[in-house]
Amino acid sequence: MVELYRGDLEIEQIFKKWYEWSLDKNFGAMVSFVGTVRDENAIEGLSFDVYKPILQEWFDRWQKRAQAKGAVIKMAHSIGNVPVHTSSFIAAVFSPKRRVALELIDEFVEDFKANAPIWKYDLKDGRRIYAKDRSHKMDGSGILNSL
Amino acid sequence: MVKVEFLGPIGKEPMYIEAKNLKDVAKKLQADPEIKKWLDECAVAVNDKLVTSLDIPLKDGDKVSLLPPVCGG
Repeated sequence: MVELYRGDLEIEQIFKKWYEWSLDKNFGAMVSFVGTVRDENAIEGLSFDVYKPILQEWFDRWQKRAQAKGAVIKMAHSIGNVPVHTSSFIAAVFSPKRRVALELIDEFVEDFKANAPIWKYDLKDGRRIYAKDRSHKMDGSGILNSL
Repeated sequence: MVKVEFLGPIGKEPMYIEAKNLKDVAKKLQADPEIKKWLDECAVAVNDKLVTSLDIPLKDGDKVSLLPPVCGG
């Protein structure tokens, strides 16, 4: 299951929970990725909308792909406001041997950026401004204008 | 009636329209200038499944979602 939390993530606790979960599963590798909000462009933070039904379905497809390689993926993401210098995203891949986990985390995070139904806003002067220039059209975009 | 919902930054309340298929929805949305400007950018889901064709029949109670460009992480 995708884990969603309001506000910034308590990375240490999530990491600890996942790590401890993994210990008796006989995985030889855990590779994690953490996304942290940088102080840039005079933002106070970022804010996120998430559409859970499609996010979960997207994630389930990745989980099946991981399972076929004997691996497991976990991810957590923020909903709402996340201040600078705190984190909004953590993902981890567990696998019997390191190569599978190292490769999967790369592919998973890249596809997450392109196709996970999450919308990002800059927080400036207390306002949410859609980060359109950093956003990506999902696969299949534009069909409603194709008549 | 079919429910059309606008996700993320589109910031519009859901619409309820008569539509027999996704082409009908496309025609109605193209007629609204506020919505039309989003259509090139949006992916589409029917009942929470992403679709890549307009040849999809709809029935009463179905939900069509518009998903504008995304950026997680």
